[in-house]
Amino acid sequence: MRYEAIDEIMKSIDEELVICNIGFASRELYEINDRSKNFYMLGSNGLASSIGLGLALTKPYEKVVIIDDAKSLLRNMGSLVTVFENNPANMTWIVIDNSSGLEILDLVDIAKSVGFKNSYNFEEIDLKEVMDSTDASFIVYRTEAGDSSAPLIDLDPITIKERFMKSI
Amino acid sequence: MDSSEAIYDGLKDAEIDFIVSSSCIDLSKLIDMIDEDDEIIHVQATREEEGIGICAGAYLGGKRPTILMENSGLGNSINALKSLMELYEFPLLIIMSHRGSEGEKDVSHVPMGESTPRILEAMDFKFFRPGNAEAGYNDVRLGWELSEEEGKPVSILLDNKYW
Repeated sequence: MRYEAIDEIMKSIDEELVICNIGFASRELYEINDRSKNFYMLGSNGLASSIGLGLALTKPYEKVVIIDDAKSLLRNMGSLVTVFENNPANMTWIVIDNSSGLEILDLVDIAKSVGFKNSYNFEEIDLKEVMDSTDASFIVYRTEAGDSSAPLIDLDPITIKERFMKSI
Repeated sequence: MDSSEAIYDGLKDAEIDFIVSSSCIDLSKLIDMIDEDDEIIHVQATREEEGIGICAGAYLGGKRPTILMENSGLGNSINALKSLMELYEFPLLIIMSHRGSEGEKDVSHVPMGESTPRILEAMDFKFFRPGNAEAGYNDVRLGWELSEEEGKPVSILLDNKYW
C-alpha cells in the first residue's frame, strides 16, 4: 500500500526537502516521519511537482524530492514538459501508483518520450544513486490500493510553511 | 514612459527575482525583457494553475515570485490561488492582461473580460487598475508590498487601454 511505499522512500531521505501530495499521502508521511523539511500540500491537487520545480530551481544546492500520485499527475500533465524543459538536477519526482486503474498507462514510458533521461520503476533503482544524478529524475512506484488509518495533520498551514522555510 | 517598460521597472524596483509566464500577446514585450534579465529566473508554464504552484515553490526557496498571465488564466487558477496561496499565506504578484475590456476586438475574450474584476472581488483579492504607464510602475511596487503584508495574491489588471 501507499503507506509502505512512503516508508520505503523515507529510508533514503536524510537532508532532502520533501514536497508531499495532498490527502492520505501527506497524512501517512506525517505519521511515518514528520520533519520540518517536509512540506505537506493540503489543498491543490496536482501541483506537488510544480511546487517542487519552483523550489528546485530556486535552491539548486538542495535536493528536492516530490512524493506525487498517478491520478494527481494526470491533473497536471503539462508539468512533465515544464520539469523536463528546466531539468533541475536536484529534483527527484516520485509518483506512487497505488492500483489506481491507470495501469493501462506506462508513466515511465511517457516520461521517457517527453525526454527524461532518468525515468524508472522504483524497484529497478537505488533511490540514493538516482538522487545524485545530473538530470531531473522521474520514478514510478507501483503498489497495492488502500489507505492507512493515519489521522489528519494537526499542524496549521502557516506552521507547515514557516518551519519548512526555516529548515532550509 | 513605455507601458511594458513601466511594468518591468516596477518589477525590478520591487526586487522581483522569479517570474512565471504563460503566453499572451499584450505581455510579449515584457516577457522578452524578463527573459533577457539574468537576475530573474524565468519559467514558462503550460497552464496558469501550474504556474501558481511553481511560484509557491519559489517563495518557499526565498524568492519574490510574480506570474504573468492573461485574465483567461485566472479562470483555471482559482482553486490554486485560494487553496494554496491564500491557505498558506504565500505572497504573489499577478500581472494580468485584461482581455475583453473596453476596446476589445476579439469577441471571444468578452465574457471572461466582463466578469474578471467581479471574480477578483468575489475572491477577496485586491487589484490595481492603472490607467497609464506611470501608474503601472507605481502599482507594481505597491502591489508586491500589499501582497506580502496580506499574505494573499494581488493583481495588476492591465486593461486594453493601458497599452
